[in-house]
Order: sequence, then structure tokens, then C-alpha cells
Amino acid sequence: MSKEIIKIENLKREFTMGTETVHALRGISFTIEEGEFVTIMGSSGSGKSTMLNILGCLDQPTSGTYEIDGVSMKDLSRNELATIRNEKIGFIFQSYNLLARTSAIENVELPLLYNSKVSTDERRERAIKALEMVGLGDRLHHTPSQLSGGQQQRVAIARSLVNNPVMILADEATGNLDTRTSYEIMSLFQDLNKKGITITFVTHEPDIATFSSRTIVLKDGSIMQDYKNHKVQSAAEELAKLPQENH
Amino acid sequence: MRILNLLKIAFKAIVLNKMRTLLTMLGIIIGVASVIAMLAIGEGSKESIRSTISNMGSNMITIRPGTDDRGPARGSGGDVQTLTLKNFEVIKEKATLLSYVTPVVNGGGQVISGANNWPSTIYGVNPDYLEIKVVGLQSGSMFTDAEVKSASKVVILGQTVVDNVFPDGQEPVGQMIRFDNIPFKVIGVLEEKGENTFGQDQDDVVIAPYTTVQKRILAIDYLNQIMGSAVSEDDAPDAVIEVTDILREEHKLMDNEEDDFTVRSMEELISTFSSTSEMLTVLLVAVASISLLIGGIGIMNIMYVSVKERTKEIGLRMAVGGKGSDILLQFLIEAILISITGGVLGVLLGLSATVFIEKFLHWPTSVAMYSIIISFAVCAVTGIFFGWYPARKASALDPITALRYE
Repeated sequence: MSKEIIKIENLKREFTMGTETVHALRGISFTIEEGEFVTIMGSSGSGKSTMLNILGCLDQPTSGTYEIDGVSMKDLSRNELATIRNEKIGFIFQSYNLLARTSAIENVELPLLYNSKVSTDERRERAIKALEMVGLGDRLHHTPSQLSGGQQQRVAIARSLVNNPVMILADEATGNLDTRTSYEIMSLFQDLNKKGITITFVTHEPDIATFSSRTIVLKDGSIMQDYKNHKVQSAAEELAKLPQENH
Repeated sequence: MRILNLLKIAFKAIVLNKMRTLLTMLGIIIGVASVIAMLAIGEGSKESIRSTISNMGSNMITIRPGTDDRGPARGSGGDVQTLTLKNFEVIKEKATLLSYVTPVVNGGGQVISGANNWPSTIYGVNPDYLEIKVVGLQSGSMFTDAEVKSASKVVILGQTVVDNVFPDGQEPVGQMIRFDNIPFKVIGVLEEKGENTFGQDQDDVVIAPYTTVQKRILAIDYLNQIMGSAVSEDDAPDAVIEVTDILREEHKLMDNEEDDFTVRSMEELISTFSSTSEMLTVLLVAVASISLLIGGIGIMNIMYVSVKERTKEIGLRMAVGGKGSDILLQFLIEAILISITGGVLGVLLGLSATVFIEKFLHWPTSVAMYSIIISFAVCAVTGIFFGWYPARKASALDPITALRYE
């Protein structure tokens, strides 16, 4: 049995809105093993975002346990959470969140700037390697405004890879992209996953889920479905099936 | 390592917003530059007053006869004859804080040489006079103690007198002149001193041994003044006290009696003038400080806007592992970099403005080191102070909220 990256048990998260208590997550348990490609699905209000925040160590559960790479999240300070985010998680956002007027390589270097163990030379080297992995080895010095949406998201993916995280956490990473580009991005995710990188992908698009190996469906703060996808579709093949664009 | 990285991040942010940074800096630059320039003007005028006065002999102490309050009506100082040659001798003998001392008798009269004449004032003094007045001779020599003793009829002329009675440019030394019809031999010419601060022509004088002036011109046996020179400028106030004590004893004044003479040092004059120019300096600095403060508020304004504008960026930085303290430091470093760069540019601008004022407006200026240090320190402190609050606000942001901020 492979290593457990994420271990969640009876996780609850409640928000107090005035006098009312909102139960965003009502006792969720699951584990994610190394090398899995998990999509977390759910409509809005299902607790998806709350789940994502907790998985990303941006928020802490009201009760229950959450362990990432064997480290329990319980009672960690803001600074300790920041260190975990820095060393163990790679974030990818729907709106890319790249620094404007900043070159691709500097954007990718960003997480390493907050890790004082990494030297300047190593930082540059790793950033170049990450950009090469996402196929942007020839766009190192382009700024976001000089890149297409898909390329910007690739830069963001490179940024999430640069700190060698135990898991990549993507939040609607294809939400701003057209079908063709989103398939390209999914194909990239599949490639990365084949290289052994654990990916957790939060989305509400069912076709994206077909590219992952496992899907967790949330509804009203509980897990409605948690199933292995036995027939993982290849994003590269789907891409080939799309009608050719006229250039 | 961590600070180095944060420096890099902050520097990058500044460079990315060149125009905004420059405008922010402008406040600081103008503030610092004006503090330096204003202080330089203030210091310069203070120094110029001081040098004018010390040209007149800053160690100089003058003793004049006081008013006589024994009669029903007070006479003006100088009318009375309370200062005598004996007083002078006692002061010369007893005063330890005076390096030079001379009796002074003076009177007006006509200087005549051939067909030319000029009204001037004759001062009867001893050879110490030149030292006390800090003036040299441009030609000839001073009379000697022996000539004083023998009441020789020799004079030293000031340049204005020379110009008027020897208009043809003759060498005056060796010539004979008459003062009030008494013939004198010219033995020297004083260096030109020009007008003093009060617009008085210091070159319109005739100097002769006091014995000669007393006996042959004024026919008096008292003195109009005694002038002395304190050992140093700092000793002047003590010298005033010392001379006062000597004279009181000499005049046999009881404790309840007022002085029948007045002793003054130039130091008092200097402080009167200095306090005027000091007030001016304070005023100038106050105005300049306000602009420095406004510069500081400019920094705060920009940092505040920049925090708001970059909320999402802050969220991202936190998501990828930036700690609150990293964010705080980043913004603080940005504020410090802006204010320090602004400060340096301000110092440079202030110095060039000072040079400009000196060169083209011909105002005396003097850049005081302390003005550079103070203005720079103030700008650094305002930068840090006004940068801290927005930075603190940024560091306290919740990463989730910041990331979702649009």
C-alpha cells in the first residue's frame, strides 16, 4: 500500500453568521494516496471551497483531524501553516494569479523566495526546470500579458511544481479556458500525474472529472459519492478528437 | 537570506511602479532638500553676521563713562568725566582676562593737506589699539610707546581720509597734514575695513597717540573710553565682570550705588543679532518640516493604496508560503527604500540648491552637517512610521479573503 498524502477523519467546519451556525462540512472522512489524481466535485454551496481551503492549509477545521504528509494540522500557528503551504502544497487557481509585469521565471520562483533554504542559483535552476516541464522552456522571460490564457496557466502550474510539493491543489484550474486549452491543460496534468505527482482538482465540470482516477462528490457538506474511475479518459486523445482550428 | 529575498521582492515592486514611486519620493525629496537649503541660508546669515562682528573685534570690550545721577538732571554718557588715565592704568595692571587695553579720547576736526581738507574724527589711543580693533597697516608703521610718552605729533590715517586729502594718489606716509591747525606727520595708513554692519565707515578715522590728542587737541585730562580685548571670545563675559569689579573698587562705589560707567562686550551684540537670525532659521525649518511631514503622509498614502491594490497579490504570496511577517517586512522595506532613496536624492538636491543660492543669489550659505543628518533621520523615521501601518494591515490579511478580493 502506498503512502497516504492526505488523511481526513470526521472533518467538520462551521461558520457563525450572526446568530446562525452554518455547517459547511459535516463530518467528512477520506484519504488520498500518493500518485492519485482526485477530482472533488460539487455544486456551489456543497462545501467544495471550504474543503479546498482546509486542504490547502488556508483554513482550519472546527473539529476532526487533517493530516498532510503525516503532519497534523491541529493547532498549528499561522506561520507554521505558511511553512506547510510553502513546502508541501502547490496551488493552482482559476484566475492564474500571476504577478503582473513580472516574467514567467520570476513568477515561478516566487514560492522559493519564501524558502530561505533554497539558494539563488538553485531557485533559478528549479524554476527553469519547472517551466520546461510544462513546455514553456522558450518563454522564460515573457510577462503574463505576453502569454495566452493557457500559457499563463502553465506558468501557474510550473509555479506549483517548483517547490516539489507532496500534492498539487488546483481550484477550477480550467474554468477560465476554452475547451481546447482546458484539454491541453488536463493532458499536462495527466502527464504530471504519470510522473508520480499527486493532484487534487476541485471542479464543477463533469467532463474534467473523467480525466481523473478518482472522484469525490460533495453535497451539502457531506460526501455523496467517492468512486474510482476505472476508465480514465486520455485528455490528449480527446484533444485530437476536437475539430481542428483554422489557423 | 530571508531579508535578502524580501529586499529583492520589495525592490522589484518599486521598479515595477516607477512613476508612482517617483511621485511619492518627490515629497520626501522636496522636504529634505528644503530643510537643508533653509538651514544653510539660516546658518549662512548667522555666520556672516558673526564674521562681520568679529571683524570689528569680537573680543572687544568697551568701557564708557556712565551717566551721572548725582545731579537733578541726568547727562548723557560721555559728558561725564568718570574715566581717568589712572583707571586705565589700574585696569591694565589688574585685569587678568584682558590681553590688550587702550585709553581712547576722540574728537572731530578737519584734516587738511595742501588745498584738500576732509572732516574726520581723531582717536587718541596707544599702540594696543590695532590689536583690539583687529586691523593692520597697509603702509608705514604704528607709533611707539615712546612716541605716546612724548606726545609726538604723528598720525595714522584711514583709507577714506587718505582718498580725500591725497586725491592724486600720493604716498601719504612721510607727508605732513594738519588736524585742527596742528601739524602732524603721517607715519602709516590703516588697512581698508569698509563699512561695518551698522553702515559706519570704519576707514574714516585718524589715529594718534592719546597723549597728543588729550593735550594738544582736546585739552582734557579724562578719557572718553577705555577699550580692551578679552583673552578669548569665551572669556569676554567674565572679562566684563572683572573690569566692572576693578572699576567699582577704583571708583569707591558702595554696594547700593549704581555703576558710574558701562562695560560692554561684543559678545552681547553678537547674541542679539544671532537670536534674530536664529528665529529666522527656526521659522524656515518649521516650514520645511511641514513639507517633510507631507512627504511622509505621501508615503503612507501610497503604501496604503498599494496594499489595497495588491490585496490579491498578498493573498497569493501567503498561499505560496509567505508568512505575515514576510508581507510586513516586504511593505516596510518598500517604504524604507522609497524614503531612503528620496532622502539621498533630497540631500543631493538640497546641496545643489545651496550652491545655486550662493552662486546666483549671492546669499551667504553654510551647510551644517547636522542639518543633513537631522533631515535624513526625520525622513527615514517618517518613512518607517508611515510605512508601518499599511504594512501591518497587509500582514494581518486573511489569505482566503485576500485571494478572493477583486
